[in-house]
Amino acid sequence: MADKLISKIPEGPLSEKWTKRKSEIHLVSPNNKRKLEIIVVGTGLGGASAAASLGELGYNVKIFCISDSPRRAHSIAAQGGINAAKNYQNDNDSIYRLFYDTIKGGDYRAREANVYRLAEVSAAIIDQCVAQGVPFAREYGGYLANRSFGGVQVSRTFYARGQTGQQLLLGAYASLNKEIAAGTVKSYPRHEMLDLVVINGEAKGIIARNLVTGEIERFGAHAVVIATGGYGNAYFLSTNAMNSNGSAAIQCYKKGAFFANPCFAQIHPTCIPVHGEQQCKLTLMSESLRNDGRIWVPKKLEDVKKLRSHEIKPSQIPEEDRDYYLERRYPAFGNLVPRDVASRAAKERCDAGFGVNETGKAVFLDFSEAINRLGCQKVAERYGNLFDMYEKITASSPWKEPMMIYPAIHYTMGGIWVDYDLQTTIPGLYAIGEANFSDHGGNRLGASALMQGLADGYFILPVTIGDYLSKKFAEPRTDVTAKEFVVAEKEVQERIDRLFAIKGTKPVDSIHKELGHIMWEYVGMARDKEGLKKAIKLIQDLKDDFYKNVRVTGSQYEFNQELEKALRLEDFFEIGELMARDALERNESCGGHFRIESQTEEGEAKRDDKNYMYVSAWEYKGEGKEPQMHKEPLKYEFIEVKTRNYKD
Amino acid sequence: MEFNLKIWRQKNAKAKGHFETYHISGIEEDASFLEMLDILNEQLIREGDDPVAVERGCKSSGPVSFDHDCREGICGACSLFIDGRAHGPDDHVTTCQLFMRHFEDGATITVEPWRSAAFPVIKDLVVDRGAFDKILQAGGFVSVRTGAAQDANNILITHDAAEESMDAASCVGCGACVATCKNGSAMLFVAARVSSLALLPQGRPEAKRRAKAMVAKMDELGFGNCTNTRACEMECPKGISVSHIARLNREFLKAKFSD
Repeated sequence: MADKLISKIPEGPLSEKWTKRKSEIHLVSPNNKRKLEIIVVGTGLGGASAAASLGELGYNVKIFCISDSPRRAHSIAAQGGINAAKNYQNDNDSIYRLFYDTIKGGDYRAREANVYRLAEVSAAIIDQCVAQGVPFAREYGGYLANRSFGGVQVSRTFYARGQTGQQLLLGAYASLNKEIAAGTVKSYPRHEMLDLVVINGEAKGIIARNLVTGEIERFGAHAVVIATGGYGNAYFLSTNAMNSNGSAAIQCYKKGAFFANPCFAQIHPTCIPVHGEQQCKLTLMSESLRNDGRIWVPKKLEDVKKLRSHEIKPSQIPEEDRDYYLERRYPAFGNLVPRDVASRAAKERCDAGFGVNETGKAVFLDFSEAINRLGCQKVAERYGNLFDMYEKITASSPWKEPMMIYPAIHYTMGGIWVDYDLQTTIPGLYAIGEANFSDHGGNRLGASALMQGLADGYFILPVTIGDYLSKKFAEPRTDVTAKEFVVAEKEVQERIDRLFAIKGTKPVDSIHKELGHIMWEYVGMARDKEGLKKAIKLIQDLKDDFYKNVRVTGSQYEFNQELEKALRLEDFFEIGELMARDALERNESCGGHFRIESQTEEGEAKRDDKNYMYVSAWEYKGEGKEPQMHKEPLKYEFIEVKTRNYKD
Repeated sequence: MEFNLKIWRQKNAKAKGHFETYHISGIEEDASFLEMLDILNEQLIREGDDPVAVERGCKSSGPVSFDHDCREGICGACSLFIDGRAHGPDDHVTTCQLFMRHFEDGATITVEPWRSAAFPVIKDLVVDRGAFDKILQAGGFVSVRTGAAQDANNILITHDAAEESMDAASCVGCGACVATCKNGSAMLFVAARVSSLALLPQGRPEAKRRAKAMVAKMDELGFGNCTNTRACEMECPKGISVSHIARLNREFLKAKFSD
C-alpha cells in the first residue's frame, strides 16, 4: 500500500516546481467545466475560497456546512494576522525567507516543495483580499501596515485589528455569495457530512444529515473536497469552536484515505487559563500580544504564594524580582519564540511551582512597559479589542494588571495525507487547509493558518483539481441510486440507530470531558511511552463505556444537538487513539510533539533526524484492528537541516 | 449561585411554544451564560423525561436547543433574548461572553429566542437566520475574480477610512439588531455591509447596484422599516453605529436619483 504515498513533487529547482507543475496540468474547457460537479465540505477560509474560485471557473459546486451560515466557520475566530512575503517593510523579507521560516518553525517535518509554493502564492492572497474589500490596517500614507509575529525576525503579517480571520472569511464568504447568486454554487447550510462514498476506488459523493429535518441525504459529484479544519476538540477543552470536529477526516480515513502525522497538535501559549470544572471552551488571546507584551513569573516562591492568596497584586512586584523567562532563555527571539517553545517554557515554570493563579497554571503577560513606551492610544489601536475581550471574560483589566495566560490546544498540524496536488490517497478526494497535513510540519507559525487556507482555496486546488477532472468530463453525473450510496446510507442509519438504542445514563459531553482529560494528561504537552500506552487503553475503555452508557436524547428526525455531538464523539475516540499511536511511534521531540525520553540536558526538545525524518501516514484496517503506519521520507534538497535555535 | 430559568421551549417551527421553568444551583460566578445552559442541559439529560408530562404536552422532551459555536464573541451564532434584552444585561457582548457574575444570586432569568417574522424558530431557542445570507447574496460583495487583483499597495486607503470601514465590517451577523428593533428591521445589518464597502475604493464601482439590491432584498424577505429608534445600536454586540445607516440612506438615495 505504501506505493500510494507518491507525493508527485515536480522535478527541478525549488522556485520552478510550481510553475512546472502548472504547465503540465491538463486544462478543462469551459463547456466541459459546466458538466462537472464538485462537492466542497466546510466553509472556512479553505472551503469558501475554493468553492468561490471553482464556481468562477464554471464548475457546478455544492458546498456544505454544519452551521446556519457559511460565515460561522471557525476561521472567523483567527485574530492576529496573515503572513505574506511582500517585503513592504524593506526588512529584507522574501519568498525564500518565508519558506525558510515556515520549514524551520515546523521543525523540519514539512515538505520543502509544498512550503515553498505556499510562500510563493502568499503575496497574491493579500492582493486578492484587498480587492475584495478586506479592511486591512493602513498606515497614515494609505499603505498597508504590517506587524511581526512569533518565530520570525521580519514584519510580514497583515492584519485587521485583532479580527483578521473574521475579515478574511467575510471576504471569502462574499465571493462565495457572489457565486451562489450567479448559480454556480449551491449552498447547504445545517448539513453534516456523515460518510464519503467511494465507487470503483474513486470519491464520488457524500452522505449528509440535514440537521433541521434529520433526513439522511445523498449527494453525488465528480470530486469531493474536504475543508473541515482540525481535530483539536478531541481534547474537549481547546480554543476550537464548540462544533469544530474531525469527523469528515475520520470518515475519509475509514474509506481509505491515509491520515498523516496525527500526533502533531499545537498548544498555543497565550490562552486564558482554565477557571474551573464547569468550563467547556478555552479562549485564545492573539499571539500578536507577544509583540509588545512581556511574559514573566515571580523569581521568588514567596511572591507566588502572596499572589495566590491575593495579598499582593502583580504590579506590586518590583522589576528585579520578575523572571522574564523567555527573554532569559532565548535572548535572540525573547517573547517571540515559536508557540511550542513558549508553551513548554510556561509549563516548565508552572511545574516548578511558579504558576501565578490559584490553580498554579498561569503566567503573566504584561503590557506596562509597552503602555509607557507607546502610549495608550497606540496600544489600544493594536490590541484594544483583545484587552476588552480579556476584561469581559476575567473581570480584570490588562491596562492595570498583567494578563494571565496558559497554553491550550489550538491547532492540528496533522491531517489527511495529500500529495503535491492536494489529492488524498483516494483519487478524486482532496483535502485543503487545516484538514490536510502538508505545510506546517511539527509546528505551525503564527499567521500561517490563514495563509495556508487561502493559498489552498484560491490558488492551488482550483488549478490542481483540473488535472483529475480533465479525465472525467465525459463521465455522466454521479448516480446517487448506485449501490455504494445505498450501502453508505444504510451504514450511517445503523450508526444512528445504535446510538439511540443504548439508552444509558451519561450525557455525551460528560464522556467527551473524560476523553479530554485522558488526552491532556497523556497526549498533551509532554508525552512518554508508558503514558501513551496507557492512553490507548483508557480511550478504548472509555469507548466501551460510551457504547454501554451514553444517553442520546430525542429522535433522529428533528433538530437534535445531542445526536450531532454523539456522532462526533465516536470519531474523536478514533482520532484520540490514532494520535496516541502516532505519538508512541515517534520517539523524538519535534515541534509540538515532546517526548520526555528525547530531550537535552537543559530540557530542550531533541529531534532525531536519523530515525524520524518522515511523514507518518496511517492506514485504517477495520474496526478493532490496529491501523498500519506507512512512511513518506522527507528529503531536504534546498536547505540545510539544522537544530532549531532561538537563543542566539 | 442559583437561578430560576424561564426558558422558551418549542418542538419545531410548526408547534406552539411555551415557557418552562427550571431551577439550577451550584453555578460558579465565572461561568458563562452558555456554560450555565450546558449544565442545565446535562441535568435535564441525567434526569430524563417525565413521559406522562411530555405526552400531555405540559413538559418538553430533552435538553434545550440553542445555537452557539466559537464562544468568544466572533462567530455570531449565539442568539438569546435574555430578560428582555438581546444578548442579555451586559453591554456590547454576545451571549457567549455574558457571565453569571452579572446576575443576582437567586434571580429568575427569562430566556427567549430572537423574535422576528424573518427569523422563524427551528427549535426552542434556535432560529433560522438564512435571510441574512440571502441579503448578502443580493449584492454584499465586490465582483472580483480570483487572480484578477492588482498589487495590494496600488490601492491607497487612508488610515481613517480603513478604520471606519473596519468598524462597520465588525458585524458578526448575529441578528440582535433585528430582534431588538420594534419593527424587526435589518437596517443596521444591511448598513454595516454597504457602508464598509462604500468607504473603500474597491466598493465604489458597484455601490449603487449594491445599495438598491440589498435594500430591495431586505424588504422582500419581510424585515420591517427603520424608524430611527437607535435600539439596534444600543444592543449591537459590536457597537456598530447608526451613522452607517445614514450612509446607507445616502448611498440608496444617490442610487435612486441616478436611475
